Amino acid sequence: MAIKVEHELHGRRRGRNLWLGAILLAFVAMVFGLTVVKVQNGQGAALQGYDHAVQVTLEPAPATDGETTTEPAQ
Amino acid sequence: MTDKKMSDLDVTETPHEAEMGDYFSLLKPRVMSLVVFTALVGLVVAPVPTHPFIAFVAILCIAVGAGASGALNMWWDADIDRVMRRTRNRPIPSGRVQPGEALGLGLALSAFSVVMLGLATNLLAAGLLAFTIFFYAVIYSMWLKRSTPQNIVIGGAAGAFPPMVGWAAATGAISVESALMFALIFMWTPPHFWALALFVKSDYGDAGVPMLTETHGRPATRRHIFVYTLVLIPVALALGFTSIGGPIYLAVSVAMNLWFLAAVIKLSRRDEDAAAADAYLAERRVFKISLYYLFLHFGALLVEAALHANGFGSL
Repeated sequence: MAIKVEHELHGRRRGRNLWLGAILLAFVAMVFGLTVVKVQNGQGAALQGYDHAVQVTLEPAPATDGETTTEPAQ
Repeated sequence: MTDKKMSDLDVTETPHEAEMGDYFSLLKPRVMSLVVFTALVGLVVAPVPTHPFIAFVAILCIAVGAGASGALNMWWDADIDRVMRRTRNRPIPSGRVQPGEALGLGLALSAFSVVMLGLATNLLAAGLLAFTIFFYAVIYSMWLKRSTPQNIVIGGAAGAFPPMVGWAAATGAISVESALMFALIFMWTPPHFWALALFVKSDYGDAGVPMLTETHGRPATRRHIFVYTLVLIPVALALGFTSIGGPIYLAVSVAMNLWFLAAVIKLSRRDEDAAAADAYLAERRVFKISLYYLFLHFGALLVEAALHANGFGSL
């Protein structure tokens, strides 16, 4: 019996792989979309500390007349 | 080494490989559609507006979470699914999907849906979704379903959580409104399923699942449907007096409750001989009305939300 190049099984696998690829692409698009929406909605400030580097905008303003403030520096 | 040549190999000797549709049916798409609808209502009627894309992702995560719990349920119940006619063609008992695949898919989708919902909305919504999956897969499927005839009652909580998750996704909180939406589905589930159990010839008994119709008998099931309906009515009406209710919801609720109660009274007053004589007409009627009942209650909440958004106040 000769080896068949194509078998019904291969078609089924191809269909499954295409679906999986589409789902993964949709997942990537969803994460990208979520990121865009979160940043546009002003929730991006929370992302500024991602690299553990000092972020000027997150630093508290210098204390005046002995009081401290939690307002970020402008 | 064997003498087998490549040309002797036959790919049909390998176990059946599932198609995408087999994996999809593991997620119980019909149950998922109810989950999507009620979760969407919970999210839309919440007083905090949600960005449409975040709302879409939240509903998707809730749907995937519900599907994941369905896959875990099918994995655990494969043995009884093989026995019952209604479930014999499900992917695992029919051999199209291996049990390990269903378990892996269920666990992976559970983790995915909970984490993504947490990232997209908030930790409370993610925690509620995780609890819902746990409740359905462990409390209901693994414990209650095979141990008590009240399985439908307590297990119904799993189906009642989605609007609460939707509400939490929008507001980050639990409130009277979301608790009442939960209670509405929770109290609706027993009459809905027991009406079905009365007219569908099931083989739960052969599978060792204690259903009320078989453990306590059909007359007791009819009484249970009546009592649970009496408890359901005030819950449904109470929702109309909260911030998400209003005159339209109340009108729909009063009409639906009267219709449902009349059908349930008729069902509870007759015996098996009368039911068999007309092919369980009253039982089928209660089941059908129960579907309209839930859909119209939640639909009315959507209408109220649309009115509120356009400047028409609640009661």
